[in-house]
Amino acid sequence: MLKTEQMVLNMGPQHPSTHGVLRLELELEGEVIINVKPHLGYLHRCFEKHCEAMTYPQIIPYVDRLDYLASMNNEMGYAIAVERLLDIKVPERVEYIRIIMAELQRIASHMVAVGTYGIDIGAFTPFLYLFRDRERILTLFEKTCGARLLYNYIWVGGLSHDLPINFVNETRDFLKDFKKTVIEVNNLLSYNKIFIERTANVGVLPVDSAINYGITGPNLRASGLKWDIRRNDPYSIYDRFDFEIPVGEGKHGQVGDCWDRYFLRVQEMVQSIRIIEQALDQLPEGEITSALPKRIKPVEGQIYSRVENPKGELGFFIVSKGQLQPFRVKVRPPSFINLSVLGELCKGHLIADVVAILGSIDIVLGEVDR
Amino acid sequence: MGLLDTEFSDDNIVITKVDDLLNWARLSSLWQMSFGLACCAIEMMATSASHYDFDRFGVIPRPSPRQADIIIISGTVTLKMATRIKRLYEQMPDPKYIISMGSCSNSGGPYWEHGYHVLKGVDRVIPVDVYVPGCPPRPEALLEGLLTLQEKIRNESLVKKAV
Repeated sequence: MLKTEQMVLNMGPQHPSTHGVLRLELELEGEVIINVKPHLGYLHRCFEKHCEAMTYPQIIPYVDRLDYLASMNNEMGYAIAVERLLDIKVPERVEYIRIIMAELQRIASHMVAVGTYGIDIGAFTPFLYLFRDRERILTLFEKTCGARLLYNYIWVGGLSHDLPINFVNETRDFLKDFKKTVIEVNNLLSYNKIFIERTANVGVLPVDSAINYGITGPNLRASGLKWDIRRNDPYSIYDRFDFEIPVGEGKHGQVGDCWDRYFLRVQEMVQSIRIIEQALDQLPEGEITSALPKRIKPVEGQIYSRVENPKGELGFFIVSKGQLQPFRVKVRPPSFINLSVLGELCKGHLIADVVAILGSIDIVLGEVDR
Repeated sequence: MGLLDTEFSDDNIVITKVDDLLNWARLSSLWQMSFGLACCAIEMMATSASHYDFDRFGVIPRPSPRQADIIIISGTVTLKMATRIKRLYEQMPDPKYIISMGSCSNSGGPYWEHGYHVLKGVDRVIPVDVYVPGCPPRPEALLEGLLTLQEKIRNESLVKKAV
């Protein structure tokens, strides 16, 4: 009688394709995955503890460091939550600039997602092309607020600086060039035979289990559900723009496989270009701060406010006791909740597919651990 | 640089000091452990990518600590991660160098006061050669840090380690 036993393989926290310091414990039967246990907490930076000690504007730099690939979106989500708590409106120009920044940041975040996914699968060139163009977005941000990665730009009730001279033209130039890059990336990676073989029909996430796990963002849309908070629960002025919500179609395999999740991000970048172009056309003149007292002190109450981040639904739950500091700030991080489905997706696949599946979920550990 | 002290008209003959030759070889091919921790890792990636191109200084990312010469601590070191970083450092072969990138790994940075789970400076667990300030440092700052490290290696000696 042959005796078999399962092997446990440790992956991470130092591993080039865990996208940070995630540790996975893989239970294997030969080369087939039986179970995946993620171990978290290697980047726990005590965000919620900091919120108890900081005033409302002081929290914004810490919000930046949650999902550090999409700082502008985080700031926008937090600023909107506090503004709803204060029940104030921000000037028109602020709304437009915020949306331009958020969508540029969405493109930048998806660029990293798509580029590093290529590296995970074994294609290096698209990464270099996308990072070349990502530098241009970072240059635009740097001209606007002085920082490349963590901005502290979107403040409660306004912005820290107005747009620099010639920002509109430079952004238009970038978008014009970036459209070519998208085609280039599609030719190099998306329709590449080897890439499709590695990703199609791998890690299929059916729409009902996606809903049960609470998956949001591109991962949910890739499973075929048209759910985007920018359209379904519009915040800021997203209801004024004309854009499509791409969903996974299962072009090369089943709906909701890794290829769908990857390609959805490419399609979203194209839609973001459309939104930015419309916002640049309509950009009004005006103030960039609303009349707020220096010390922000909301009345007693609580609020849950959510925005569509590049990774999914980012929610802020803020409880105010009428003090300068919030009583409690709870974050609903999209990456953390999206990561929870990893075990189910990996079951029955080979070890090499874990990298493909993990990359397609697109997590950021700063947001998983907070 | 001091490598080519004397050059002969005949090819393939160079006279130099062992120290100079070793230092030149070490500093020109610093393989970096591809190990990102937090936000700074994104700037480290940007430094390795097309625009800033770490490759031209001989810095190539290696995923294994056993094949790496330098480790760039790029991000917040938490208490849970500190023991792992120490082990990674111990796995690297000599000579090994450390660049601490960003305020978090220099001193705890923005998490200094209330970060109950953040190590207040990576130099509490491993010896750091070069500190790069910034939150996050620009890629140019990281490049400057690397050049400083190269300068440090250039002044090393077999009998005496540079300070």
